[in-house]
Amino acid sequence: MKHVKTINAATLKKSLANGGCGECQTSCQSACKTSCTVANQSCEKK
Amino acid sequence: MIHKYTMHNTNIVMDINSGAVHVFDAAAFDIVDLYKTQTKGQIIEALSQKYEGQAVSDAYDEIVELESEGLLFSEDVYSEAVKNWERKPVVKALCLHICHDCNLRCRYCFASTGSFGGHRTMMDADTGKRAIDFLIEKSAGRRNLEVDFFGGEPLMNFDVVKQIVDYARIREKETGKNFRFTITTNAILLNEDNKEFINKHMHNVVLSIDGRKETNDRMRFRVDGSGTYDSILPKLKAMAESRNQDNYYVRGTFTRENLDFSKDVLHLADLGFKQISVEPVVAAKDSGYDIREQDLKQLFEEYESLAEEYVKRGRNEEGFNFFHFMIDLKQGPCIIKRLGGCGSGHEYLAVTPEGDLYPCHQFVGDEKFKMGNVHGAEFNTEFQKHFQKSNVYSKKDCSECWAKFYCSGGCAANAYQFNNDINVPYKIGCELEKKRVECAIWIKTQE
Repeated sequence: MKHVKTINAATLKKSLANGGCGECQTSCQSACKTSCTVANQSCEKK
Repeated sequence: MIHKYTMHNTNIVMDINSGAVHVFDAAAFDIVDLYKTQTKGQIIEALSQKYEGQAVSDAYDEIVELESEGLLFSEDVYSEAVKNWERKPVVKALCLHICHDCNLRCRYCFASTGSFGGHRTMMDADTGKRAIDFLIEKSAGRRNLEVDFFGGEPLMNFDVVKQIVDYARIREKETGKNFRFTITTNAILLNEDNKEFINKHMHNVVLSIDGRKETNDRMRFRVDGSGTYDSILPKLKAMAESRNQDNYYVRGTFTRENLDFSKDVLHLADLGFKQISVEPVVAAKDSGYDIREQDLKQLFEEYESLAEEYVKRGRNEEGFNFFHFMIDLKQGPCIIKRLGGCGSGHEYLAVTPEGDLYPCHQFVGDEKFKMGNVHGAEFNTEFQKHFQKSNVYSKKDCSECWAKFYCSGGCAANAYQFNNDINVPYKIGCELEKKRVECAIWIKTQE
């Protein structure tokens, strides 16, 4: 493509079927304790 | 739903429902605004003063291709899925308030300088062990369990921390669970002995420092009023080095008294710290240092300039991690986690020195949120379900927000503090979070 550069393709919808194991870190435990951010957490399956 | 914005001359278009992120040139970026309401011919005509017809035509075709591949204007398939969620609540993380006392009297402390509004008390080992038993019992099939040693100041009661860790290690072998411990400390009492234990057992260490000496000492001081910067800095540096500059955070708070907080972040980076988190204060309205709506413009500029410097330093091998700029687009959390958020009140609970259970550390002290006690059989599962049902679609503001799958609905405690409802997010927190996500995505486009 000349006009568009895709940085990240679709990833979320697939995870609706495969996700939800709950083994990942609780977001508030990592550093914040006051300002919830979830997208910077890692998935334990990968 | 899409979100488009320009930062540092980069045009970014995010497709919210698929998670796709694109960089558009100027023509494509303009076309997106007209794409859903006008025909291709009308768009070529409308943009003829700015771009050649062929360029608009080509860019239009690329947008059609993205849409057909589900990478732009993709459908929301989650709101219906959420309605059918019937999951048994599971507890997988505890915040243990090892000590409701502190050797500091920080001005902005949300925990009433350690006491959480009550008496200054210490958790005993028996209560800590019962908390471990409680966690194992309520964790069902989850293997990875987390325990954060929190305060007040947990190093004031470190012998109990050690006893709890030792006990959990025994229970770990018996049950097949995997405990990950973290500790949050102001570093005043850090010494070689406790450092060795921490490095052996703690998966992560959160070390409190706000940045520049004047920033830190204005808010963080001892009972006698003396600032902490000079005495903690060598300890923090040694701790960071002893962990190979990984699996720790120096963690600061900014207030409206240091709206130029990017200087504090860069000061910590200049000191050699590689894992940094500096976050907005959670303070009551009119405390004097609470973040207000009129501060947002400056704070947005701070985040944007920090992002620029962050990229520059990364390219010059002087890079560091800033917690709120870290985003994993490819291997981040699944949508299930993103819908539900931090897990407070159901997956994540706080335990007071007396063993009382609360939805999270920020609800501690508010009696109406007490969910039970680790010494007794009673545990309020209705409350747990109430928190579990809270998700980005149960919050009207979130369901309409482009950032919902990045912040996952924000902090329930902040929402309650400002709006008396865990489902009505704290507006200023939202605005700051959205800016941080924009910066984090922009940083990704520069890699």
